[in-house]
Formats: sequence, C-alpha cells, structure tokens
Amino acid sequence: MKDEKVKSILFAGVGGQGIIRASDILCEVMMEAGYDVKKSEVHGMAQRGGCVTSHVRYGAKVYSPLAEPGTIETLVSFEKMEALRYLKDLSPNASVILNTEQINPPAVNIGDSQYPDDIIEFLKKQYPKVMTVDALSLALKAGNLKTANVVLLGSLSSLMDIPHTIWERVIRKSFPQKLVKLNLEAFQMGIPA
Amino acid sequence: MKKVLMSGNEAIARGVYEAGVRFAAAYPGTPSTEIMEQFARYDGVYAEWAPNEKVAVEVAIGAALGGAKALAVMKHVGVNVAADPIFTVSYTGIAGALVIISADDPSMHSSQNEQDNRNYAKFAKIPMLEPADPQEAKEYVKLAFALSEQFDTPVFLRTTTRVSHSKSVVTLGEPQVPEDKTTLAHHAAKYVMVPINARTRRVEVEKRQKALLKFAETFSENKMEINDPEVGIITAGMPYNYAKDVFPNYSYLKLGMVYPLPVKMIRHFASKVKKLYVVEELDPYLEEQIRAMGVEVIGKEIFPYTNEFDPGVIRSAITSSGERSVTSYPESLAQRPPNLCPGCPHRGLFYALKKSKAYVHGDIGCYTLSYLKPLEGLHSCICMGASIGMAHGMSKALMEKGKGKVVGVIGDSTFLHSGITPLMNMAYNNSDALIIILDNSTTAMTGMQEHPGTGYTLMGKEAKKVNLNILISALGIENIRVIDPNNVKEARSAIKDELASSGPSVIIAQSPCVLFKRANQKAKPPLKIDPDACEGCRSCLELNCPPIAWKKGVTKEGSKRKGIAVIDETLCNGCGLCAQVCKFGAIG
Repeated sequence: MKDEKVKSILFAGVGGQGIIRASDILCEVMMEAGYDVKKSEVHGMAQRGGCVTSHVRYGAKVYSPLAEPGTIETLVSFEKMEALRYLKDLSPNASVILNTEQINPPAVNIGDSQYPDDIIEFLKKQYPKVMTVDALSLALKAGNLKTANVVLLGSLSSLMDIPHTIWERVIRKSFPQKLVKLNLEAFQMGIPA
Repeated sequence: MKKVLMSGNEAIARGVYEAGVRFAAAYPGTPSTEIMEQFARYDGVYAEWAPNEKVAVEVAIGAALGGAKALAVMKHVGVNVAADPIFTVSYTGIAGALVIISADDPSMHSSQNEQDNRNYAKFAKIPMLEPADPQEAKEYVKLAFALSEQFDTPVFLRTTTRVSHSKSVVTLGEPQVPEDKTTLAHHAAKYVMVPINARTRRVEVEKRQKALLKFAETFSENKMEINDPEVGIITAGMPYNYAKDVFPNYSYLKLGMVYPLPVKMIRHFASKVKKLYVVEELDPYLEEQIRAMGVEVIGKEIFPYTNEFDPGVIRSAITSSGERSVTSYPESLAQRPPNLCPGCPHRGLFYALKKSKAYVHGDIGCYTLSYLKPLEGLHSCICMGASIGMAHGMSKALMEKGKGKVVGVIGDSTFLHSGITPLMNMAYNNSDALIIILDNSTTAMTGMQEHPGTGYTLMGKEAKKVNLNILISALGIENIRVIDPNNVKEARSAIKDELASSGPSVIIAQSPCVLFKRANQKAKPPLKIDPDACEGCRSCLELNCPPIAWKKGVTKEGSKRKGIAVIDETLCNGCGLCAQVCKFGAIG
C-alpha cells in the first residue's frame, strides 16, 4: 500500500534551466509508481530569465497543487541563491538538493547588489540534509550541458523510494530516441556514489 | 479509460474535442494560450488565431449561428476587448452552441490587472462554470457545451492560472462523434438586435435566467459534503482544493456553477452548519450574493481581496494562527525579474530610445520588460494597443511642450490586435507623436504564436501576410521608415529625425525574435571583453544584457577605472550590440 500522507517537493531556479521539464518527468514517475500527483508552476515569463518554481505533490489523494508554506519536505534548487528565496516554504526538517551553479541576477551584474557567498554554509546550519551537486559539470561529463536538469533528478531519486526501473521507463518516454542514452547517463551521474 | 497527466489547459482542449466540438477561435494570452495550441492538434478541427479577442468571439458567434458548436478562448483582460459582442449575444442566444473561456490571473503573474471575471457572468447574464482542477476542467467544458445547447445561451468557463497551469491525473473519455448540424437558417427577429427585437429578446433573457436558476439547484457539480457540522465552507474553483488541503473535515458546498447561484441549496447548506465561511479569491463575488439571500457568512473580513490564495492563506485566516515558524536568510536577495533575452532586437532599440529622452508610452509584450533598470524604456503601459492613442493624446494636449518628445512603442502582434484604429486616428487628427512598431515577426511573449503579419495560420498553413508599410501608408501616415534595431547608430538617427519631423511618424523596427525558429538565425560566436582595453565606463552594462556583468576591483595602472565588464560566454549569442556601444573598442 502506498504511503497515505501527501508529500511536497519544490523545484526552484531560473527560466531556461529545464525546471518544468524536470518536474513533468517527476510527476510521470510518481503517477507510474501509483500515487495521485498534482503540480503547479507559473510560466508566462519563464523563458526570460525570471524565477521559476514548480510544486510537485503526491500521496494517496492530493487536493492542492500548491503546498502550504512551511511544509515542503524537499527543495531541489537548480541555482544556488534561488534556494534562499523559498525558505519560508520549507519545513524545518526539509532536505535540500542544491545545484552549485551561479546565475547572476541583473542587479548583481550591474554591481548594485551582492551575490551571497555563504549559501551552502547557511543552508547546512539550518537543515538536516543538504546535498550539493555540480550539475553542470556532471551534465558535461554525460555529454551535454542541457541535461543538468536530469542530473538533478538523479540526485533527487536518491532521496526517494521509487524503483529505478520506473525512472528509467519514464526518461525513455520523455525524450526523442537519440537523446535517451545521454539523459539516462545524466540521471546516473546525479546519483551520489 | 486511459489516465494521463494533463495541465488544465490541455484538459480543456481534450474536453472540447471529446464534446464533438470542431471549431474554435482565440487570441493568445497567458494563462489561456495552450488551450488553442493543444486543440489545434486534434484531428478534423478548425482552429484559428484571430487578431484580437473581439474578433475571436464574433467568429465563434458566426459559427454558432450557422449551427456549429463553437469555442472562443481568451485571458481575463481579453474579455474586456470582446465585451461588446458578448453582452448582446447573451440576448440573441445561438443556434448551435457557444462557450467562451476566460482564463483569469489572480496575483497578476503575467497580466496588468487581476480583475475577477465572475462579475462578467452576472453583468452579461451568462451562466458560468468554474472547475477546480484539470479533470474538472475537461468535464466542465463538456457540460458548458451541453448547457449552451439546452438553454440557447452562450456559456462562460472560468479558469485561473493555477487551474490552467497546474497538472494532475486526468481520465480520458470517449470522444463524441461530431454531428454536422450546420445550416443556413434565417431567424432575423432573433438575431437582428434593433431595438424592437432586442426588447423582445431582453424578456427571453429573464426567462432563461429563471430556468437556469432552477437548473442550478440540481446541477450535478454543485456539491454538498456534510462532515463536521460546526464549520461549513462555501467555495468554488481552485480555492476548494486549498481549503480541503488544510481542513479536510469541515463541511463543504463546492459550487461548480458560479452563475447563477443555487439559492435554495445555499440556504439549505447554511442551515446544516453552525459557522459559515465563504472562501474565494479576489472579489467578494459569492459573498455579496449569499448575504443578499439573507444568509450570514464570514468572508472578506478575514480573507484577502488581493492575490491568489494558497492553503496557508486559508489556514491562517480561519485559525488566526499566524505564519508557521520558518527559516529566512538574513540579507535581502537581489530580485530576478524577467529580462529581454541575449540577442533580443528590442534591446538595441530601447538603448537608442533612452538616449532621445522622450516620454515613451508602452504596450503589452516582451518589450514591456524594458521598463526595468537600467534600460528604463517605458513611462506608461495600460493595455493592448493603448500606446498609440495615449501618445497621440499626450502630444495633442502638450502641443509645443510635447513636440519631439512623445513616443509610443508597440509590437507587431499588438499593433494588429488593436493598434490600427488609433494609428488611423493619429493620421486623421494629425499629432506630432512618433510610433515605433517593434516588428519581431511573431507573438513572442506568449510563445511564438502566428498572427496576420506572419504569413502562417495556427493550423500551419501559409497565409496572406499583412504588409505593414502599405497598411500604415493607407491609414494616412506619410513619414514611415524601416530600420534594423540591432544597428544602434541607425536607430538613434532615425529616432532623432522622426521626432524632429512634424506630423505623425512611424518607424518599423524590423528584426525577428531571437527565439523564433522559423527565422533560422544562427547564433554568432560569443564576444569577449579585452580586460586591458576595458576602461570600466559601464556603457555596455546599460544594455542590461544577461551575460554582461561588472567585476569590481580590477584596476589598471594609469587608468581611473574601478572595475571591468565581463561576458559570460555560455549566455552570449554574439549579437554584437555591446561592441557597438563600447567607446574603447574593448569588445570583440
């Protein structure tokens, strides 16, 4: 029997990082694993470098596609400082998967604002589990920078109790044939050794 | 039946198809756009992008008067544009079926206001259904078509961003085989709304209202869940899910139909519970009508009027428990507003325009993003097409004071949506304003939709393409100039000349959107800044191009510079704009 309680995962990052694609894949995986699943995101300006978030919630029966602030169990931050923006949404016991990629907001680019330099230390002090991932390097090792989102799904899979075969089946379905091998490798790269 | 993950918009398209509907018209607008894009992919359908929402509704009315089942789709503010035909088709009714989708945007994720379009249903006396998730979205749009046929009325289906853009598990249904009921049947007294006929139809509307009111009492999607008798919640749409998430054991009356309201059912529900809340985003729309029924409720005295809800908003309003204890980062974080893409043709134009120091009336599109620092390209932006009329009006009112200083900027899709009439007015009433049409050959903001100026239809067929130059000239504008906005020098001199010339002028700044695949633009190699040649003057940073960043502290002997600019090669598309604005030849 499936776990009854509804759980929430938050994906956060910057437009263009493949966040929505990654959360789509996660939803398909949870559906195949037999859960009810809902997700919510805001597009519209996603391609223009703005903040992007996607809530994914699963359980026996999910009502709200948005999690109540302060209750999210897992944050996958596709960009380093974006993690800090959503702390109000996280449960104090949340696990954080942090891509160490830094994308400067415009105000940092023009020198009006600082990019925080203590992000990892801060998060480690606040949350019981913080996993840092250099998703870009791993994606490059897999063969393409654009697979960084799937690398992070690999990291996320290590915190979840979902059979690897389901992940693999959904990844195979989610990409054109010629990109399947690349993405499966990227997924594998994200799983900590 | 098969279960699939679908967004609300995908589910609506599927529902329309399952209902046997094969005709739809729309103008793109977030959060509604994907409904048409998805619908157009089904076999045997006819789907078109109309130049604006008013035309889309009129096209759908025409189809419905010919006996077809027709759909019109738009975002909430699009209903304002289409309001004129909507209010009167409520009188005439339709021969086939007509459903109008209004996708509202509480919190204004991608909109200029957060108007609550449930008010339109009451105002225009048109029934409205409101689904709470993708499964319901699919079923409700089918019910909407059935209602339309049964009661000879247009029907609204209202979604919000969180319904349109959330995904959940949807069970597909068996598509109904479409039945061809189209015919040329004349019923002039029903459809010619001259006063004598309109007065007759007006009475029919009230008869229909009565019938619908009766129907609402037994409508399958107005559902009561009696649990805890202490607390009852009346709600509709997505807020139902938020409330159920935090208070699963309260009693609920979930209204699938938000106009007209089932009076008896509401009174009955109220009698079953001790304390009654109305949970609704935006206006106290249900609350006011329920109070008018003489039912005491708690509503906007504890719930916010503004922005969308989430489960936390509802919990803290009802239990007044305040926020949960959470962590926060002690420093304030730099905002990450959406920005023009690297290589965007709007960037060069707004850089050049800023140098002119003109007052710029903006419009709705990607270029609205130029408002932000450091480009600060706009000084007003109200609605689709407004830039031209406003520039003309300001120029007329200011006369000599405004000469050479008033500009309107508008995209190609927005110009064809509602810019032609005000430009005609500008020629006719002769003002000195300058209008710049930012022609990037597509509807970029909503994700590359076709329009009458692109040469293709929604269905992918080649089409007649509006010639902007000939059109504008036919409106009576004599000063028309076509420029390449990526050439800053050319843009600056064209703006300077046309601001100085008397009478109305139009500059067409022509360069395809950098994300537009059909334009087949090859990215050039990324540029580099020579750290020795850079004098740290920050001119390139004024472009607000995502790859260009300030690196402070990189000094140089014999130079007063306090830092240098650097380019992130992974983001740069090599457009060369920064090289044009660098006075020291440091970029190449």
